[in-house]
Amino acid sequence: MSFRQAFYDEPLLHEKRSADDAPVDLTDLVPPKLRRDRLGIPNLPEHEVVRHFTRLSQMNFGIDTGFYPLGSCTMKFNPKFTEELAALPTVGRIHPDQDESTVQGALRLLYELQQMLARIAGMDAVTLQPAAGAQGEQTGLLLAQAYHRDRGEERNQVILPDTAHGTNFASAGMLGFDIVEIPSKDGRVDLGALEAAAGEKTLAFMLTNPNTLGIFEAHVLDIADIVHDAGGLLYYDGANFNAILGRTSPGHMNFDIVHFNLHKTFTTPHGGGGPGAGPVGVKRPLEPFLPMPVIDLNGRGYHLNYDRPKTIGKVRAWYGNFALLVRAYAYIVRMGGDGLKEVSDRAVLNANYLRHRLAGVLEVPFGGLRKHEFVASGARLASNGVRTVDLAKRLMDFGVHPPTVYFPHLVDEALMIEPTETETKETLDGFADALTRIVAEDPRVLRSAPHNTSVARVDEVLAAREPILSWRMAMARKASSS
Amino acid sequence: MPSDEDEMLRSMGLRNVDELFADLPEPVRIPKLDLADGRPEEDVVEHVTTILAANRTMADMPTFLGGGVYDHFVPASVRAILSRSEFYTSYTPYQPEMSQGLLQSLWEYQSLICELTGMDAANTSMYDASTALGEAARMAHRIRPGSVFLVPRALRHHRKSVLRNYLIGAGVQVREVDYERETGMLHLGALKDALSADVCGVYVENPNFLGRFEEQIEEIRGMTDAVLVVGVNPIAQAVVRPPGDLGVDIVIGEGQALGSPVNFGGPLLGIFACRQEHIRKMPGRVIGLTRDVNGHRAFCMTLQTREQHIRREKAMSNICTNESLLAVAAASYLSVLGSNGLRRLAADNIRRAKDLAARIDRIEGFTAPLFPGAHFNEFVVRSRDGYDIVHKALLEHGIHGGLALARQLPELRDAALFATTERHSREDVDRLLAALESIR
Repeated sequence: MSFRQAFYDEPLLHEKRSADDAPVDLTDLVPPKLRRDRLGIPNLPEHEVVRHFTRLSQMNFGIDTGFYPLGSCTMKFNPKFTEELAALPTVGRIHPDQDESTVQGALRLLYELQQMLARIAGMDAVTLQPAAGAQGEQTGLLLAQAYHRDRGEERNQVILPDTAHGTNFASAGMLGFDIVEIPSKDGRVDLGALEAAAGEKTLAFMLTNPNTLGIFEAHVLDIADIVHDAGGLLYYDGANFNAILGRTSPGHMNFDIVHFNLHKTFTTPHGGGGPGAGPVGVKRPLEPFLPMPVIDLNGRGYHLNYDRPKTIGKVRAWYGNFALLVRAYAYIVRMGGDGLKEVSDRAVLNANYLRHRLAGVLEVPFGGLRKHEFVASGARLASNGVRTVDLAKRLMDFGVHPPTVYFPHLVDEALMIEPTETETKETLDGFADALTRIVAEDPRVLRSAPHNTSVARVDEVLAAREPILSWRMAMARKASSS
Repeated sequence: MPSDEDEMLRSMGLRNVDELFADLPEPVRIPKLDLADGRPEEDVVEHVTTILAANRTMADMPTFLGGGVYDHFVPASVRAILSRSEFYTSYTPYQPEMSQGLLQSLWEYQSLICELTGMDAANTSMYDASTALGEAARMAHRIRPGSVFLVPRALRHHRKSVLRNYLIGAGVQVREVDYERETGMLHLGALKDALSADVCGVYVENPNFLGRFEEQIEEIRGMTDAVLVVGVNPIAQAVVRPPGDLGVDIVIGEGQALGSPVNFGGPLLGIFACRQEHIRKMPGRVIGLTRDVNGHRAFCMTLQTREQHIRREKAMSNICTNESLLAVAAASYLSVLGSNGLRRLAADNIRRAKDLAARIDRIEGFTAPLFPGAHFNEFVVRSRDGYDIVHKALLEHGIHGGLALARQLPELRDAALFATTERHSREDVDRLLAALESIR
């Protein structure tokens, strides 16, 4: 497939011709000491602003533009009807401090979503408050700490496999926990290493299953026993949930805590990096510690329960990313239990098929089945002076967003490929054909790629060496160099 | 024609999809999900719309709530820009060559936030103002050693709670500084007493939780070398001196007012900006200006060595997914309004709040604003007979009053925080006043 991305030599807003500032009388409105005379935001005609951002949007690639197999990010089609629902005034124009009697619809939806997510995960209770997956991790670890403390235990070690997502390390580090990283064996958790690491200081073991290699940790019940025998809790990173819907659940795998990435599995749009939503589900013993308020149902209707003596408090303002929760709710009702199972079935089929198609093109370390994603290695191409980054950049010329690269670290020159269920065989074949062609190309074509995108290869080193993060920093740099 | 599924299975020598799940051990398997079967799109639209119809919106019911999020008018152009699916269906711009549009939009957002705040650099967002505060306190601690972070006692309760949760693990305690009962501004005497050598940072808000402009930021700056963090309302910032001119180190704020609906409190937009000298200690994603190999201007994510996917447990923050789309909304909103539109809007909001307070104050039994002096778009109203009955009576009149303060500050148990914006019509205001009259 050939592809050429749009390019406009689009000026910055500040470079466009601005109308003059109009005086605003602030007498009696702002005390003189506090008053501001001027604001450096350009005054532009509205149609020019719309044109500016429309042109910029055409220099951007989304899941609606094309294939986006970004491993662990689950870039699947975002249904349009959920966008329409989220735009309703009954979503947008309700204030979070309104009297409960005036927001019964919102509370009912949240209450039902809590219940549906709990069922999907095999958990007993769910909080919808966390704003993203990483915040879900932070919340889950706070819950684990509160649980142990309530039992009179101070535990401060979080065990992580070397395949874990970077956020797992960062969330545990942010809370001041000690991190014990254990190596993998054959792309799976090494039970011996876990056994050696687990002990009376173990707060939790964080795991995603299937793991980031796309391999199902078949010994998950043994893993759970080891962690539980040491008195620790088992945490499920829900980033890879798209692989297991209707086939198993974190609860059935004996996990105690789970976070969901609604922007992945439950397909709220990724928004160019957010907003997402990262609800957390827990088993019964952890329920008393959930963030407040919890949404309950009593004789008078749905209500926000703040009477939670053991709560960890709050992790963000109010109740969560409501407009995203509405989309996820609608998606789950639309798919139903049967449809969600089909989601995972097709996601797993697509990943395994693509891996099969790439046999002989790229090496895929570790044998056995994959679930929703797999990790290939570009190491074989190193002898031609080609690195995975070159391969990734060249893929863009075929109208494909590159996979996640250089993660997980235990695979050399890694390409982490997650096709998702919303791709046809035709698209997968096109991708496989493109990669087949690329690996045989003149290395110079790859090293100078991409050739068909808005701009050529971007100098990221320069950006970090001399950071210019705003118009005013750009102006200051210009002034100091002239 | 065989289906995609059949062809793929056959090419792999498989009979059915179940074989792809053969690696799941029997004891963890489930027969199916405990959920109802799927429904057609039209049914779901009807179902969800019906559930949500039980809400009374701010359009159905004049509502005088603010307290951190505000119902401002969003120009249709902003929504049109956000509905570009090249933006909203993309993800974090890890591959800059393919993502220049989003990268430039986010860089423009950073630039516009810097114009509002007078800071040099801004990140592309935190989750909301409360988590921005938590991150700011952590950053203050990275800049300056010390085990205490000072915040106003008159601070929205959820911001305090979130802050405490963000400081677990940092070894920093939160201490509160009271407000002056006469003015509603920070009590400088109390601040002086609280300022010890182990204070790493001080947080103040302008306008503050009570709606009052905080006029003493320069004095506060003069009182301490600790990291000074100021929380702003970005619309008020159009007419208020930028914190950058006052020696402030970090500026945070709730950016929802810039082009996003209230959405029952989420998603929101945590504004986060700082001075240049601190940029390598800043949390979150930032976009930098650079060049491509042909020398053409280009943008990319930068300073990534601060972030979780590189630095792991040593990262400045665990944030990954953020609120980028709301940052694009803010950039579009600020561009559509421009300096002139935004300054007029800010002045208009001040005037409306001032007029509304004066008219409420004329009704017997009510005092408004409780704290004299300059306010932005909200203010405290005290009711002689307590606020509970006022709240209930207003609801009966089809009006939603302000935020009751009893849960936040016990001494204000008979008071509420009333907010107004350009979305309130003259009729809305008249209805509120008539209802308050009738309660008396």
